[in-house]
Amino acid sequence: MGLFILKRFAEFVPTLFVIVTVTFFLVRLAPGGPFDSEKRVSPEVLAQIEAHYNMDRPLLRQYADYLGGLLRLDFGPSFRKPSRTVREWLFMRLPISIELGLYGLAFALALGLGAGIIASLRHNSLLDHGTMGLAMLGICVPAFVLGPLLVLVFGLWTDWLPVMGWTTPAHKILPSITLGAAYAAYIARMTRGGMLETLSQDFIRTARAKGLRESRVVLRHGLRSGIQPVVAFLGPAAAGLLTGSFVVETIFHIPGLGREFVESAFNRDYTMISGAVLVYAVLVMGLNLVSDLALAWLDPRIRAR
Amino acid sequence: MKLSIRFISMCITCITVLALTVSGCSSPAPGDLNLLQVGNGAEVQELDPHVVSGVSEHRVLSSLFEGLTDSDAATLAPVPAAADRWEVSEDGLHYSFHIRETAQWSNGAPLAAEDFVYAWQRILSPRLGSEYAYMLYCLKNARAYNEGKLKDFNQVGVRAADAQTLLVELENPTPYFLSMQNHFAWYPVHRPAIEKHGAIDERGTAWTRAGNLICNGPFLLADWRPNEILSVRANPRYWDAASVRLAGIDYHPIDNLQTEDRAFRSRLLHITNTIPLHRVAWYREHRPEILNLLPYYGSYFYRLNVTRPPFDNPLVRKAFSLAINREEIVNNVLKGGELPATSFVPPGDPNYPSIDAVQFDVDRARALLAEAGYPEGRGLPPVEILYNSSEAHRTIAETVQRMWQEHLHVDARLLNQDWKTYLSSMNTLDYTVARSSWIGDVADAVNFLECFQTDVGNNRTGWSSPEYDALLARASAEPDREKRAALLRQAEILLLDECPIIPVYFYSWKFLKAVELKGFQPNILGYIRWKDLYLDSGGGK
Repeated sequence: MGLFILKRFAEFVPTLFVIVTVTFFLVRLAPGGPFDSEKRVSPEVLAQIEAHYNMDRPLLRQYADYLGGLLRLDFGPSFRKPSRTVREWLFMRLPISIELGLYGLAFALALGLGAGIIASLRHNSLLDHGTMGLAMLGICVPAFVLGPLLVLVFGLWTDWLPVMGWTTPAHKILPSITLGAAYAAYIARMTRGGMLETLSQDFIRTARAKGLRESRVVLRHGLRSGIQPVVAFLGPAAAGLLTGSFVVETIFHIPGLGREFVESAFNRDYTMISGAVLVYAVLVMGLNLVSDLALAWLDPRIRAR
Repeated sequence: MKLSIRFISMCITCITVLALTVSGCSSPAPGDLNLLQVGNGAEVQELDPHVVSGVSEHRVLSSLFEGLTDSDAATLAPVPAAADRWEVSEDGLHYSFHIRETAQWSNGAPLAAEDFVYAWQRILSPRLGSEYAYMLYCLKNARAYNEGKLKDFNQVGVRAADAQTLLVELENPTPYFLSMQNHFAWYPVHRPAIEKHGAIDERGTAWTRAGNLICNGPFLLADWRPNEILSVRANPRYWDAASVRLAGIDYHPIDNLQTEDRAFRSRLLHITNTIPLHRVAWYREHRPEILNLLPYYGSYFYRLNVTRPPFDNPLVRKAFSLAINREEIVNNVLKGGELPATSFVPPGDPNYPSIDAVQFDVDRARALLAEAGYPEGRGLPPVEILYNSSEAHRTIAETVQRMWQEHLHVDARLLNQDWKTYLSSMNTLDYTVARSSWIGDVADAVNFLECFQTDVGNNRTGWSSPEYDALLARASAEPDREKRAALLRQAEILLLDECPIIPVYFYSWKFLKAVELKGFQPNILGYIRWKDLYLDSGGGK
């Protein structure tokens, strides 16, 4: 297992290097620059601003400087928001996106697993069809529809929950539900499928024949095997929740990294884009690793490989 | 199975109880604590008045800093601020400002004439690369200093005669010089605060952070959580602190129109930055008391690339302008209080009556097109209308496309680009027709007309006219206001006759304002004098 983890870490370094390099050059190939604005600045002023950010140096030199900075965890200054460095921005924004992602994931797991288990236990019943119908609806309704809808009902009509912000626990309910809903639906369908398959296997029949309580059969024996597809899905799902929060952050005015990332791309804030991409890359790779490790823990056959 | 169902029901109950409990912990209503809640559009990028360039930054900075003069919120006439009086020489070139003796910085240090000299030297420093340094080019030798051609700042037209007296010498008589003083480019900065964190000409230092920022305006910076909230609180050391009735202002950087609208409806904001286009009609019908549609000193127009056929021919340019029904765009498409453009410069400059030189005349448009060699549009190459991503720009472009197809039989096409790509296309003249706009910084026609001088960065059409340049040069040297206005009028008529641009409409300032917010005065620059505002809780909403 130790070797497995070590090998995965060794793969991280070249992957990150490629991501950093491609991002560095790709953003500079996009038309327009960070200092273009509606009221055009004079060439003299533009030259001074570019000199301040070392953009007057040859591109390869800028790239070498950037790589040198990364080794010291220095992502450089933000071009469009000069009062703070990119590292400061990332440290400010990332925890919020992670928190939002975790709440979304917790909601998705709680609802998805619950609904999936119930549907599988009441196979082909009205409850099963109803739950799966709702799950299909959850997959089909995008966040930019569900979010405003929830705001309308729980924020504007009933005045139960705040419509924007990220300060009190109440502020975090609607965004987490909006973000997690589609994933809850996926998880519900996967859990149902996995559970149905597992519950029809011989070892479950054996467990029942031994006279175990049904709850123990389902939760101890069935669930452990039945949720394996869900666990495999958790890595990409968690990465998707963390990196895909832009829409939810915009709807609910949450100061997370998703908004910052998209805004920096529109603003051609080169250093901020590169920094955010790097952070996302580390997150996605890390979460996939965690998901693989969880699978190995659940399934002795994977551990043995 | 029973256990699992019981477990899930328990979870659902817990979540419901939790939701109901925390719903009681939401933020206080905005009316509490006498704090004004403002929707401020895009996130503030910086709070350094010599580095920023946007409207949202201006809104915040005008609460934190104060220039030599302020503007009366209703008339925009200059009123005493950091300077309590001033004298102007007869030729309009020399100003003598007397700094108010009671004026001080938020740390208690007295505000001195030297602070203005230092600030203006800073914004003009070539190495700082300030985008708004050009606003100070009316000062003698300021341009040469900013472009690095002059090294000695003592030769620039500003100096402190003593601690309270600031002497200013201008390059040309500039009628709007006093009105400009409430623009952030002219604000003073506190030298020790700047130099504690870096050099005079260093951008991006920590001096603008909460706790470091020293200011001289009616409010001081209390907290700045980027993309979340920027809070300012009443400055007890402000010279006119007694007349400031708000305890503070919270600026919410909400750039999504729908989110801002929902925030206002749930009473989290007292005033919004704007309104989604499709909500205007609803508010007009159901909540007219909170809807504000006010004239704004901004012009929406289409640029024509005159270096490319068919728009290298002024007759074609004119024909395309005559084929646009501006009334229809304003009344049927926008419906938000905008006015159909009759000129390029919007009404608002008290010394410059707006002209009426832009018409809708299909017969004349067709005749001009035939004269240019394209009868009934035959032989005209396809025309591509470039716009940046926005629902409103797209709708207008579609309407113009239809008008040109219908009236001129032109193959008009649409091209949508993201903001920076669109700017790049305009800057490199890689377009045929591009939607554009200009918002005035000061209520003076020259602010609009100078965009189309030869080789000016904001021209972006390839159009050049020595006659136009000469008229503007004569206007800037002319001390007599009426003669100056006549020269500017000639220049604008020439511009509209040559038609490198097609004016479409004059902007309106659209926003929602809670009825309990009092002290607000509308003006064409969209300037809000924060110190005049107050919340009257008796109003209800």
